[in-house]
Amino acid sequence: MGRVSIRGLTKAFVKEEGTTVALKNVNLEVRDKEFVCLVGPSGCGKTTLLRIIAGLETAMAGTVSVDGTEITGPDPKRGMVFQEYSLFPWRNVIDNVAFGLEMRGISKAERHRIADRYISMVGLEQFRTSYPYELSGGMRQRVAIARALANDPDVLLMDEPFGALDAQTRNRMQKELLSIWEQTKKTIIFVTHSVDEAVYLAERIVVLSGRPGTIRDIIEIPWSQPRDRTSTEFAEVRRHVLQLIDEGEPVQ
Amino acid sequence: MAMKIQLNEQRQRRLLGIASLVAATIVWQLVADVVVQKPFILPSFTDVAAAFVELAGTGTLLPDIAVSLEHFAIGLGAAFLIGVPLGILMGWFRVADSISDPIVEVLRPIPPLAWIPFAIIWFGLTTQAAGFVIFIGAFFPILINTYTGFRNIPKVFVEAGKVLGCDTSLELIHYIALPAAIPSIAAGIRIAMGVGWMCLVAAEMFGVSKFGLGQKLWQNYYLHQMPNVVVYMIILGFAGLVIDRIFRAYVDRQLLKWRSGEVV
Ligand SMILES: Nc1ncnc2c1ncn2[C@@H]1O[C@H](COP(=O)(O)OP(=O)(O)O)[C@@H](O)[C@H]1O
Ligand SMILES: [Mg+2]
Repeated sequence: MGRVSIRGLTKAFVKEEGTTVALKNVNLEVRDKEFVCLVGPSGCGKTTLLRIIAGLETAMAGTVSVDGTEITGPDPKRGMVFQEYSLFPWRNVIDNVAFGLEMRGISKAERHRIADRYISMVGLEQFRTSYPYELSGGMRQRVAIARALANDPDVLLMDEPFGALDAQTRNRMQKELLSIWEQTKKTIIFVTHSVDEAVYLAERIVVLSGRPGTIRDIIEIPWSQPRDRTSTEFAEVRRHVLQLIDEGEPVQ
Repeated sequence: MAMKIQLNEQRQRRLLGIASLVAATIVWQLVADVVVQKPFILPSFTDVAAAFVELAGTGTLLPDIAVSLEHFAIGLGAAFLIGVPLGILMGWFRVADSISDPIVEVLRPIPPLAWIPFAIIWFGLTTQAAGFVIFIGAFFPILINTYTGFRNIPKVFVEAGKVLGCDTSLELIHYIALPAAIPSIAAGIRIAMGVGWMCLVAAEMFGVSKFGLGQKLWQNYYLHQMPNVVVYMIILGFAGLVIDRIFRAYVDRQLLKWRSGEVV
């Protein structure tokens, strides 16, 4: 299960230079097994929201609960794929993927068996004993996804995981992610600044307004997968979302 | 083709290196024999070579090396056993940093050799006294590099560890911080070995042992056996080089698995 309820969430960063209100009164219900994309202008608090759900940051007001249990800190039940390169460079692919299982005290043979399953799911069987520095950017993010999945989390949080990849690799990774979602049926909360990516992936797109981030609109996308990026309805939704983001951006 | 050119280039470099060493030796010999003409001021290459053969014949060179290595090992071992854990505590826990940092900053600038009087008073003329002086020299590079290694760990590694179920400080240090800081700690040990080796000659100066490369160097100086002094100088330099090379080869092999290019 992986039902996420966000209620009245507010977060400000207090520093000597002043206070930044990153999120203000955010309310959102994410259904179990749902694929939700968060979009919004840069600096509107997308990463902050994801980090609060992960338990890496604490809210000033409001709550986040998963299946009715309020979160208080990081937990392997909520996997995270970071925007930047986060694989442990001193561990090879299989030991990166098996890291969470190792923390749970699962025997080496067993955790390698499980890790191998997720390594095949992301298509990296040939690279199971390679070290991160030997992999391309796309492969690294594949490993990061496998590492998060190997813990069998209820919710998968992804912060612009394909942001640094070239357009072609990015499209292929999006397809693969959808197939992984089909197979594992996780709840996925996916942050992106690419509206195209959001319209391609999401069942619902949550549009945040510029700082402080509040929910501006939520757009249901009823079409089944796979989607055709070149269709007119795709273009229409994309234009609508872009317009929402533009209007939400504070005047410079 | 490119490979061949590279090989040729390498060979050329090596030949040039040997030629330069030979030339320097010839110049040394000529200056000593023709210009200075006093073996006490500047022993010639052949004086030193003869002294070496004679010293090798007496059979004390090996015990000298063994005793020096013992002093060195005591100092470095103690520096490692205290420096790494303290560096970890200071790098990971704010409180430990606030408590220790002022003390470290006060003690660090004191030259290691300034500790020699207290080394003798505390330990007497013992092996431990020599080890202590080397320890002082080796301790700070290891401490500082462990500390900075811990401080420079990318935050995302720690956070990735946390969301994967690595919760306690002990687990995070063991599984994330320590492996991430190993290159920095290894570089610190390498610096410490260099400083420790330099302290060795002074540590053996005040007669803590009957053997030792430093001890023999000073003894021959008091006896005005300058060719012998040069023999010990050369052995000290050469042994330091070998120790450094062995350590570097070992660390490179361990770290090259996960890092590309030159490591320490
Ligand atoms: N640790 C932090 N300290 C201070 N300010 C922060 C911190 N993290 C984020 N912020 C601020 O909060 C706002 C939202 O940041 P972020 O969530 O990273 O935005 P996004 O991911 O949507 O681009 C930004 O103005 C950013 O500068
Ligand atoms: Mg962000």
